[in-house]
Amino acid sequence: MIWQLDLIILALVIISGIAAISVRDLLGASILFGAYSFLMCLLWAVMGAVDVAFTEASVGAGVSTVFFVAAVFRTARRSKD
Amino acid sequence: MKSFGLACVVLLCAALIYSTMNFPDWGSLNSPASEHVSDYYIQNALEETAVPNLVTAVLADYRGYDTLFETTVILTAGFACFFLLRRYRRKPPPYRLYRHIETGVTLIIEQGGKEPTESEEFMRIDSQWVPYDLVIQKAARLVIPFLQLFALYVIFHGHHSPGGGFQGGVILGATLILLAIANDLRSTTKRISERISAQLASTGVLVYAGTGALCLLLGANFLDYSALSRLIATDPVMARSHGILLVEIGVAIAVSAVMIWIYYNLVSAGRHDEGL
Repeated sequence: MIWQLDLIILALVIISGIAAISVRDLLGASILFGAYSFLMCLLWAVMGAVDVAFTEASVGAGVSTVFFVAAVFRTARRSKD
Repeated sequence: MKSFGLACVVLLCAALIYSTMNFPDWGSLNSPASEHVSDYYIQNALEETAVPNLVTAVLADYRGYDTLFETTVILTAGFACFFLLRRYRRKPPPYRLYRHIETGVTLIIEQGGKEPTESEEFMRIDSQWVPYDLVIQKAARLVIPFLQLFALYVIFHGHHSPGGGFQGGVILGATLILLAIANDLRSTTKRISERISAQLASTGVLVYAGTGALCLLLGANFLDYSALSRLIATDPVMARSHGILLVEIGVAIAVSAVMIWIYYNLVSAGRHDEGL
């Protein structure tokens, strides 16, 4: 485990997590959530949990982002708050 | 109210961060997780199940019950989306749009009007129709077979490399979702209808539970795959390996079908007519 790499990925995870909840555009939020999932996947891979990383990449970054985009497509794109 | 919420979050965060100090170190030998069963799995999993990937052996064999009910949870998610979103329209939509492909003229066919058959000349289009992007369509058509092949590889090679039923099933479902996004929803529902996806989802769970019940019938415990050695003429160790494969196939069928099913319901708001 390289701690510099770990630190950079962890910082990016926190940044994208905060950005995903603070952005008004829900489509952008779902894309940011996909980026968050992918960075988490990198973090799992760095820690040696390759199976978990694979699941996170396929489910978190792949399919659930598509589900969010589909839900935004059928509802409102701008959030009220 | 907002400052109260902020104070709550800050307090909770501080408590959580403080409690992480009591956690064992990363990869520590004295952590509770690595004190009891981990040693046993690491030392005996390969001899007992002939599966080099320890995660697969634990997931599908030693902790078979967990994975069975995880698959059931995914099936339940599919059912929940179906019951919440699916809308059966009693009356048909007021009009349908058809496009004459050569001239680009859009025909609005009112209810009761004569609808053209979908052919080389006419195609049915969505009410929010955007012209097809040739690049996206052809690129999707090019990559989908390779993605599906990769999904099958992930499912069947889960014994030796990272992967297995869940990941492979999700990738397999995602390829069909990609097909629906690149073309339109109807082109995918024509290939795999809602009925078939629901049946496949249930079949996957049935394959898993059926494997366990078969072990029960052969005189062993539920999901004890070593009993399968009487059916497939191998020693009990290899029978466990093959049992894991059977179970992973069931998981993959269930997961991929549920992914497609949820997508159909979400993207068309339960109408299964027009989508992304």
